[in-house]
Amino acid sequence: MSHRWGMSVDLDRCTGCEACVVACHAENNISTVGPEEAERGRAKHWMRVERYWEGEFPDVRLKFRPVLCQQCETAPCEPVCPTYASSHTPEGLNAQIYNRCIGTRYCANACPYNVRFFNFYNPVWEKPLDLQLNPDVSVREQGVMEKCTFCVQRINAGKIEAAANSRELRDGDIRPACVQSCTANALVFGDLNDPESAVSRLSRSPRGSKLLEELGTQPKVTYLERELWQESEGIRRG
Amino acid sequence: MADRLASDLLRPVFQTTRKFYALIALLSGLVLCGVAAWGYQLYYGFGVTGYNWPVYWALHETNFVFWIGISHAGTLISAILRLVNATWRRPVTRCAEVITAFALMIGAMFPLIHLGRPWLAFYLIPYPSERGIWPNYRSPLVWDFFAINTYLLSSLLFLALPMIPDFALIRDRATGLRRKLYASLSLGWQGTPKQWHRLESAMHIMALAILPIAVSVHTIVSFDFSMAVVPMWHSTIFGPYFVAGAIFSGIAALIVVMAVLRKALHLENYLLPLHFQNLGKLLLLMSLLWGYFVFNERLTAWYGNSPHEMNVFWSTQAGEYSPLFWTMVLFNFVIPFPLLAIRRLRSIPTAVVASSCVVVGMWLERFLIIVPSLARKSTPYSWGSYSAEWPEIVIMVGSFAAMALLYALVSKLVPIISIWELKVGEHPRMKAAATVPETETAGELL
Repeated sequence: MSHRWGMSVDLDRCTGCEACVVACHAENNISTVGPEEAERGRAKHWMRVERYWEGEFPDVRLKFRPVLCQQCETAPCEPVCPTYASSHTPEGLNAQIYNRCIGTRYCANACPYNVRFFNFYNPVWEKPLDLQLNPDVSVREQGVMEKCTFCVQRINAGKIEAAANSRELRDGDIRPACVQSCTANALVFGDLNDPESAVSRLSRSPRGSKLLEELGTQPKVTYLERELWQESEGIRRG
Repeated sequence: MADRLASDLLRPVFQTTRKFYALIALLSGLVLCGVAAWGYQLYYGFGVTGYNWPVYWALHETNFVFWIGISHAGTLISAILRLVNATWRRPVTRCAEVITAFALMIGAMFPLIHLGRPWLAFYLIPYPSERGIWPNYRSPLVWDFFAINTYLLSSLLFLALPMIPDFALIRDRATGLRRKLYASLSLGWQGTPKQWHRLESAMHIMALAILPIAVSVHTIVSFDFSMAVVPMWHSTIFGPYFVAGAIFSGIAALIVVMAVLRKALHLENYLLPLHFQNLGKLLLLMSLLWGYFVFNERLTAWYGNSPHEMNVFWSTQAGEYSPLFWTMVLFNFVIPFPLLAIRRLRSIPTAVVASSCVVVGMWLERFLIIVPSLARKSTPYSWGSYSAEWPEIVIMVGSFAAMALLYALVSKLVPIISIWELKVGEHPRMKAAATVPETETAGELL
């Protein structure tokens, strides 16, 4: 059976601790750019926790929304890439092929979620931080776009492990870094083609909605929330 | 008469003043600064520019669209004027065609400059690779690649064809190395009736072919934006809007260039007030058309009241980008309209003022299409802003200097007014066929 990877994000559980952000940086060799560059909007967070305030003071509610690549079924980033650097894998992932990327940044402009990041400089890891680089993930040079891969290296490792033990992949075998590090179990990852997987069940939940679903991107990330998130005038940028 | 034409118009080709060398040195210096700035950007990384998340397209892309727009000056206008056989076109066509060729070359540099890894730009070429990888034909950037190359090739042909008889003319008057150069450039032109006939039909075919090409090129440039689901980009009006804007800025650039040439090369007897008046009328028409498109684009967005679009709409209408927006309206419509519409005000200086305004205004238009939309995409958390850093500004200045430099050099290489076409116009039979006012004005001065 072919896989179709997806994720559910429970906003009622998310505490905004940002452990997922840190884990993602460590797992995927995402270089940090320093405070000045981050201030200029050069930070690369494949996973970010957006903060929104709802209502007027003193009746305010703070809401967290972890945003990562939504791995859209009909992804706007894919057709616009002139070199197929951004392309769809048979398992429904939006792959970014670094070697093919020439840095037009068109994919990032077309992406309504702004989850694609450009390497403005060559990444640097000061010693001894270079020793912590994950050998399963290639580092990206200046001029290349990068984005969340759903930890494709862990997906592949999980499949190899299962094959080595001559068994089928089980739900929960594969956990991307963000899912693994989520203290509140807000993030659940799995195969959407398996109707019994946790992520499939959660994605069918009446609490579920997709981010910017109206644009027809068919995201594979489902957000769960007791009250549906509604954009209202009281929302300010966090 | 014919001799005076030739000696007047060939003077810049055979005589070079010290001022000219000074100008070339200055312009080359500026171009080198631009090249150095690009080298700096390549060496240290794209981070030296003001680009940031989420404004991943800004000044380089603005200049790309701007220069491709300017290129519509030439070929399109001269093709139309040739096809409708407007006799006043004769001294204007080559000026215009030269703008096209160079503006396209400069414009086509920006897609390279804007790349993160320009050394891999050859991935866009559909070459047979043993891994069977082709460019992605669904990408508007690949459409761009083909459209611009087609346009560049055809406009170079369109520029070079009517130069052949003039190259032969220079060949016959020159000596030494220059004679050899022009002998090869004139491709064995002898002026036989058969050759004239072939030249005429070739030019007619090119004039017909280049019109749809020119329209398609700027439509495809507009597709770079309108194909993406980005607020205020995803609009059906962009194709015609961009084409109209391109012709608009192209005519304006042509008027400015003609005025400079008229002064610098003493062409007062050839580039007449009539030419500026006629082109001014065309510019007025395009100003109205441009205003109409902007009105349509803005009104439908505002009336539709989609929250995604309104964020961008208000940031240009009343927010961060509103000073630029209203300057654009001022320069593209409010100033040029009376200057070009009121008969009493029509003169060469007012046409130049109006045109300079339009060139600046159209540059702002390109910027305002690209940047505010990216800065205000659909999720408010990821809104951003953009301000340029020096590398992209120096590259932009370099591109303007490159245009002037190439133009100055080509005016040394070929007569910038087509001599043989003027001679054809001077023929008694053509003169009789010409429209009455033109014969009057031209007759007085020639």
